[in-house]
Amino acid sequence: MRQIAALLATLTALAAGGAVAADEARTPRPVVEAARAGTQCVEPADVMRRDHMRFLKHQRDDTVHAGVRGAKYSLKECIGCHASPTTQSVATGETNFCTSCHSYAAVRVDCFECHSSTPQAVVQQGSK
Amino acid sequence: MKTDPAAPPAESKPRRRGFLGVAAAGMAGVALAPGIRLIEIAQAATTTTSAGANPAVRWGMLIDTTKCVEGCTDCVDACNTENGLAPATRPTDPQWIRKIEIKQIKTGRTASLPVMCQHCAEPPCVEVCPTGASFKRADGIVLVDRHSCIGCRYCMMACPYKARSFVHEPLADQKSDVPRGKGCVESCTLCVHRIDKGEKTTACAEACAKAGHGAIVFGDLNDPDSEISQRIRSANSVQLRADLHLEPGVRYQGL
Repeated sequence: MRQIAALLATLTALAAGGAVAADEARTPRPVVEAARAGTQCVEPADVMRRDHMRFLKHQRDDTVHAGVRGAKYSLKECIGCHASPTTQSVATGETNFCTSCHSYAAVRVDCFECHSSTPQAVVQQGSK
Repeated sequence: MKTDPAAPPAESKPRRRGFLGVAAAGMAGVALAPGIRLIEIAQAATTTTSAGANPAVRWGMLIDTTKCVEGCTDCVDACNTENGLAPATRPTDPQWIRKIEIKQIKTGRTASLPVMCQHCAEPPCVEVCPTGASFKRADGIVLVDRHSCIGCRYCMMACPYKARSFVHEPLADQKSDVPRGKGCVESCTLCVHRIDKGEKTTACAEACAKAGHGAIVFGDLNDPDSEISQRIRSANSVQLRADLHLEPGVRYQGL
């Protein structure tokens, strides 16, 4: 009896593994635009992918409530490096840096309802 | 009792961790490029952080209504430009400063003055806020944290100065330094983004001085040597609705 159960479990695991492998081959991956050349991110890419929202959330409270500015993590700095050279934004076009991953992961990004998604220099040029 | 064959022997974990620690310590000293090491980049990144709101400071304003010119809206326009506000065309449009004309009925004496958030020491907007979005910074500036504002507008009801506005419609092309958006209450920030950068004046005070009126003085009320402290010491000035004991940081001269 125990042997049959073990065999079943092994078969199920194999089937699941096969399905994952097939999915990975079929699933389209998000197109992530490269950051501005010659820039270095504040953390390695895998850390940023997992934790960028936590970094920004801690930083925003320090900035808004305590007035601490220019710290390591800054949405403004993210936008400065990652704005698309074509749309000058991180969240306007489908392939722009924030939108491409967030639409792939189906996570709505609220930041740009209030924050500007373009670097400050571009905003100033536009308003002149 | 059976042992799990997949689990590694207990003593191998600390050994591997110890190796990683040594490896990381070694890496920190490795040169990335001639003259640049990882440790130096990390130190350089932290040196640009500003110290934040200084609790020894109380920012305030003195508005000399005898110098404020009737019909002049330079302070309002400068505020709109600085903070990315569209000029208000309807009564519900956000407006951080408004110019008002007042008249003493018995004598007929008129005065023109700007009214904005008075940055009270005892702000009623902060007391009524159900989410803690309305708050007073250590340096006396009263702000709205839009991350936690739910747009209930209790603060607008509580403010006796009608200083706060609600953003009813979606916005675009905000300033990087002044994020604003639909569904939040907002008001004068005393140009907090400038102050945090170390600048000593607000957009409205700067524009008023530039226009030659000099009716707005901005400064530290706690510093006895600041221009604003000297002015309020030598000339008579009042707080609007002083009977409410809210201790506003904005004072008016010549009312």
